[in-house]
Amino acid sequence: MSTKTAKKKTARKSAAKKSSGSAKKSAPAKKSAPSHTSAADLRRYAAAPVNKAMSKSDKRKAYVDMVRIRKFEQAALQSYQKGKMGGFLHLYIGQEATAIGTCALLGEHDHIITAYRDHGHALAVGMTMNECMAELFGKYTGCSKGKGGSMHFFAPEKRYWGGHGIVGGQTPLGLGIAYALKYKGLKGCCLCFLGDGAVNQGPFHESLNLAGLWDLPMIYVIENNRYSMGTSQDRSSVYPDGGLAQRAEGYRIDWDTAHGENLYEVRAKTMEAIERAHEKSRPTVLEIATYRYYGHSIADANHQKYRTKEEILEYQRNRDPIMVWQRILEEEGILTEDEAKEIENEARNEAKDAIRFADESPFPPESEILTDIYHSVDNPGSHTNQGKIFFNDRLPWE
Amino acid sequence: MALITYRQALKDAFSEEIERDENVFIMGEEVAQYNGAYKVTEGLWEKYGDKRLVDAPISEAGFIGLGIGAAMMGLRPVIEMMFFSFVYVAWDQAVNNASSLRYMSGGLLNVPLVIRGPANGGTNVGATHSHTPENLVANFPGLKCVVPVTAADAKGLMKSAIRDNDPVFFMESTILYGEESEVPEDPDFLIPLGKADVKREGTDLSIIAHGRSVLMALAAAKELKKKHNIDAEVVDLRSIRPLDEEAILKSVKKTNRALLVEENKPYCGIGSQISHLIQRRAFDYLDAPVHRISAVDAPAIYSPPLEKAQLPETRVIVREALDMLNVKA
Repeated sequence: MSTKTAKKKTARKSAAKKSSGSAKKSAPAKKSAPSHTSAADLRRYAAAPVNKAMSKSDKRKAYVDMVRIRKFEQAALQSYQKGKMGGFLHLYIGQEATAIGTCALLGEHDHIITAYRDHGHALAVGMTMNECMAELFGKYTGCSKGKGGSMHFFAPEKRYWGGHGIVGGQTPLGLGIAYALKYKGLKGCCLCFLGDGAVNQGPFHESLNLAGLWDLPMIYVIENNRYSMGTSQDRSSVYPDGGLAQRAEGYRIDWDTAHGENLYEVRAKTMEAIERAHEKSRPTVLEIATYRYYGHSIADANHQKYRTKEEILEYQRNRDPIMVWQRILEEEGILTEDEAKEIENEARNEAKDAIRFADESPFPPESEILTDIYHSVDNPGSHTNQGKIFFNDRLPWE
Repeated sequence: MALITYRQALKDAFSEEIERDENVFIMGEEVAQYNGAYKVTEGLWEKYGDKRLVDAPISEAGFIGLGIGAAMMGLRPVIEMMFFSFVYVAWDQAVNNASSLRYMSGGLLNVPLVIRGPANGGTNVGATHSHTPENLVANFPGLKCVVPVTAADAKGLMKSAIRDNDPVFFMESTILYGEESEVPEDPDFLIPLGKADVKREGTDLSIIAHGRSVLMALAAAKELKKKHNIDAEVVDLRSIRPLDEEAILKSVKKTNRALLVEENKPYCGIGSQISHLIQRRAFDYLDAPVHRISAVDAPAIYSPPLEKAQLPETRVIVREALDMLNVKA
C-alpha cells in the first residue's frame, strides 16, 4: 500500500469516527425498519445544550408548529380531493419533526432550500397558512401569486429559497447560497433538504464535492422516508452500513444520522452541523430517518402496494413525531392532554380559515402570465435593455 | 477608440466590471491559474486573485447551479463554459432553474447571472463540441441570449450582460477571439441587449445574420457589389432574446427582400422566428419569398473540408442572394 493511500484511509477513518460517534449504533438498519428511539436516547438528547436552553414556551411552540403543519396538510388533502387544486400534492405528514427541529435553530444569516415536499419547511420558517393554501389553490394571494404551486413555495425575506421540483436540482442552488455567504464574509449556513431519492442524482454529488473542496457552510439534510416514489431504498441505492449519509466520507465531509421522530435528537444534531458551518465553514451531511404516511404524492394510489399497511401503522403507532413529542412534554409536565387537544383544535381552525381565505381569493388576472419573468421587464428603465422579449403575435385575451 | 481583439475586449469588460462591482466574479474550468482554455481570462487571476477568478472542477451542473444560487443572494457570477456544448450536462440548472425561479417565486427573487463561452462550429472538433444553442436557449422565457460578432459588440454587450438582473447566455466564438476591431475605451460603454446593428447599409436586399455569419454576410455583400452592383444591407441581430424586431422590419421594408443567415441548424432555428416575423408584419413589402441559409442539417461533421462546406459560406450567400434577385451568377 502506498503512503498516499494509507494516509487517505486514515483520514477517512478518523472523519467517520469523529462525525458519526454515538450515532453509529442508531444508524438506519438496512432492511428492517429503523430502530425506535430508546428512552435512553430521548434523555441523552434532551440534555444537549441546544435543548437544555429551550424554555417551556419554546417546547410548547415546537408542538404547536408541528401540529400546524399536520392540520394544514390534512386540510389541503381534503381540498385536493374536492378538486380545489391541480397538479401534485406531496404531503409531509409523518416528517414534521424534521422541519421544526431544524428550521427553529436558524439565525439571521442561515438560509434554507428544499425540494418539492416543501409545505412543512414553509410553515416552519414562518410563512402563513393563508399564503401557502392560496398558493395551492392557484390564487393571486398565494406566496408566489399562484405561479409556483405546491412544489414551488418561496419566501426569500424569510431566507427560504424554495420549493424545487426537480429531484436533487436544489442541491447546487443551495451550494450557491452557502458560497455567497462565505463570499460576503457572513457567518451563516445553508440548510439544504433533500430526500433519499435525490442521493443518486449527479448534481448532488457535484455539489458535495464542491462543498467539501471549498469549505462551504452547507448542511445537507437527507430526509430519508425510505421510498424514492415507489422504490424502496434497498432497491434504489447502494450505501455503507452507516446509511446514505456515510457516502459523505468519499468527499471528506462530516456526517451523522438522527431519528426523525425525536425532536430533541434532530435539534441536537442539526446544531452540531450549524456550529461546524459557522465556526469552521465546513459542510455536513445529516440523514434523518423518517417516514411519510401518504404516497409520494396524492396521485400515488399505489403507496400501500410497495409497502405494507402494517409498516405504516407501526410507524404511526410507535414513532409518530408529534405523538412522541407530546409524550415527552406530558412527562416533563409542560403539556396536558387537554391542552394538546386545544392546540389541535386551534390548528384545525387556522387551516379551515386558510381554506376559506384561499377559496375567497381571486385567481391572478391573465396579464399576470407575463409578469415576474424578467426583472428588466418588471422594472422598466432600470436596465440596458430594449427590443422585443415576448413573442406572442396576439394574446388569447386580446 | 482602440484596435483590440475580441478576446481582449472581453477581458477588458471583465476587468472593468470586476473593479466596478465587488459582487462580480468569474468561475469556470481553467479560468484562473491556467489563464482560460482560450485565454479569454488571461492575467485576470494574477491581477484579481482567488476570490474573483475561481477555477472549478469539471462539474458544470454543480457550478452553474452554484452560480444561480449565488445570484439569488445578490452576487453577479460570470460562469464560463469552456465550450457552450458543455452546458447540456447542466441543462436542468441552466435552463430549468435559471429561467423559472423568478417566475415561480412570483417575482420575489432574480438571477443576475452570465453564462458565457464559445458556441461555434468550424474548428474540426466534431459534433459534441460544435453546438450553437442560441435557438434552444431563446426558447425559454426568462433567459436572455446574445451573440456578438465584433470586439466592440463583445465588450459593450458583456458589460450590459454583467449589469443585467436576469440570466444572460453570452455566446462567443473561438474563431472570433483573435479578430480585431475598434473599441471605445469608455468604462461605461454599454450596448443594450436587444439592439441590432446595421453593419452595412444597402437597398437591394437585407441579409439578416448573427454571430460569425455576419462576417460571411459582409463578405458576400462586398462581392455582390463588386461583381453584380447589388447593394445588400447587412443587419447584425447581436441579441437573440430580446430581439430587435423593429430593425429587422425597417430594413426589410426598405429592401423588400430578406435573406436570413445563421450557423445554427435550420429546423426551429433563429431564422424560423425571423421569417415568421417578416411574413406577419412585412408581408406586403416582400418582393420575394424569405430565404434562409444555415448549417447543413446534420450533426457537425469532423472532416475539415466537409465541415467548411457544412457551415454557411460567402459563396452560398452570394448564390442565394442572386437567386432572390433573379440575377444569373
